[in-house]
Amino acid sequence: MAEHEEDDVGPRSFWSGTITFGLVSIPVELFPGSRSQRVSLRMVAPDGTPLVRRYFCPKEEKALEWDEIVRGYEIEKDTYVVVTDDELMKLAPEKTRDIDLRQFVDVAQLDPMHFERAYYLTPGGNSTKAYRLLAATMEQTGRAGIATFVMRGKEYLIAILAENGILRAETMRFADEVRSVEDVELPAAEKPGATRVRAMEKAIAALSESALDESELEDRSAEKLLELVARKERSGKDVVAAPAGEAAPASEGIIDLMEVLKRSLQGTAGGTAKRAARRDAEGAGREKAASPSKTGRKSPKSNGNAAAKSDARAGGKSSPTAGGKSGRKSGGKAAPPTREGAKWSKSHLRAQSKDELYEQAKKLNIEGRSSMTKDELVDALSNA
Amino acid sequence: MAARAMWKGVIRFEDVEVPVKLYSAVQDQAVHFRLLHEKDMEPVKQQMVHPDTGKVVDADEVRRAYQTDDGDLVMLDDEELAELEPEASRDIEVTRFLDTDVITHQWYDRPYYLGPDGDAGAYFALAEALRKKGREGVVRWVMRKKEYVGALRAHGDHLILMTLRRKGEVVPASALKAPGGRALDKREVNMAMQLVSALEEDELDLAAFRDEYRDRVVELVTAKAEGKVVKFPEPPAKQTEESLEKMLAASLKAAKKRRASG
Repeated sequence: MAEHEEDDVGPRSFWSGTITFGLVSIPVELFPGSRSQRVSLRMVAPDGTPLVRRYFCPKEEKALEWDEIVRGYEIEKDTYVVVTDDELMKLAPEKTRDIDLRQFVDVAQLDPMHFERAYYLTPGGNSTKAYRLLAATMEQTGRAGIATFVMRGKEYLIAILAENGILRAETMRFADEVRSVEDVELPAAEKPGATRVRAMEKAIAALSESALDESELEDRSAEKLLELVARKERSGKDVVAAPAGEAAPASEGIIDLMEVLKRSLQGTAGGTAKRAARRDAEGAGREKAASPSKTGRKSPKSNGNAAAKSDARAGGKSSPTAGGKSGRKSGGKAAPPTREGAKWSKSHLRAQSKDELYEQAKKLNIEGRSSMTKDELVDALSNA
Repeated sequence: MAARAMWKGVIRFEDVEVPVKLYSAVQDQAVHFRLLHEKDMEPVKQQMVHPDTGKVVDADEVRRAYQTDDGDLVMLDDEELAELEPEASRDIEVTRFLDTDVITHQWYDRPYYLGPDGDAGAYFALAEALRKKGREGVVRWVMRKKEYVGALRAHGDHLILMTLRRKGEVVPASALKAPGGRALDKREVNMAMQLVSALEEDELDLAAFRDEYRDRVVELVTAKAEGKVVKFPEPPAKQTEESLEKMLAASLKAAKKRRASG
């Protein structure tokens, strides 16, 4: 299956582009800095067959193929405006390519409430000099660079930080995405009694340690689930053997991610040829993802051909990146940057936590999302 | 409009009890789309289908299964799933307190505000004690049948709970090796430091950063609804590459000029 083929390469960069620091361009690739390890369940028929999610037209009561589905925005009740992927991608061409660092602040200025997720940035070009220069400068000055950029159909506010000679992009919630104490209407502070504060301090001191014990962050529910599964597997009850020919779901643990990060940071991946090969695979993977004929998977019509039909096309400029549709499969920047928003590949989606996928599903208004497992969210989003 | 508390609990450690209400600190601002059947513009609905028969399987017949590494499916019935649910509790149990810089923000997941639920004296005393000590608590609680781990922190005069990622989910920078190469040129480092300070702001104003993409999506949709011709922004021209030193010097000059005129 196409998605497993993709997975074999391991986690790949989510985005590649450049950081602009003044007039200096620093090519970078972006990788997730964390990976959800949460256990998810699949939906199966009473006989144990994994079910597939299909979209239905409620009027015609018939299952729809992907090329019959478009994406709409509700402008008033029951009235929708159709928006294509192509149009969305053309909305912010500059931001899909560049992270423009125009402002630096003291790291201490960053409010914890805004941090959303960490991504690592690795050098994208042949030279690491500009990358190392920016990392060294930011680390020595204790500063973070603030910028916004667009990735996969969403704009992100980020703080770029350096630690240990490595650049990291922390996505931050926009100002209007975090409520203030006033918004929540928490009661105004009362001056607490000094004796009470002292008693609290004493109790805190009694329970204070110098280091975190990561076992306190264990997912106990997941452990309980895995124990139950192991018990049932031993007894053989309710176990349905894997259908012949179906590969096991590729596990993408934190170890895989760490390996990829290490390789990407060292630039060579054990030799330039290998790196180029990886790039090739990446380019090919994207082409594949964008072309339904190759994956055998139906891709939403909004991916390309719908744009031709769309009346908005008339006013739009022709594709900003020549070669966007012709298959450029190799070379440094295999796919044009705007291609990034074209398709949410399954391996990219799987790297995110279920909660994050759920948030995206919510944004796309995917129905039934609250009862979906992670795999189902991935399926639904990769088709959305 | 006063925000509604989503949950109530009691912070517990040693002999301390602080009753609190919990509020979401995050509000969704995203543009929402729906999937439509193109032919009749009806929002689609989703159903689970048996791949062999093509028949819809009703929600009450759908079962859950865990897929093992070998691809085998282990089916779980409702009773078993119910047993897996964590025991309902109102306790927010503090397991330890740490200096606030021990848990880095890479672990942070989602923030919640806490407000006093009754004993406001205890609430504000805890917030003040945490602030004075520069500590935060590692906590665990069960909310809506789900178990959470988090950091209990002072936020100004108030308390917040920050949910944390789970063990083994974060790659720390210390586990990675920085890219290597020839030693950096001192002059270039100097210029880069000057450029950072030229671009530095004393106060971070996050409100100055707007989600322009979201704005443009709304504009696009509005224009299309009104039958207007949509204009897309021009992609910027690619800059020519010069030597790093030259680029730094030119950037520095531009930044200083901007600062002088602004």
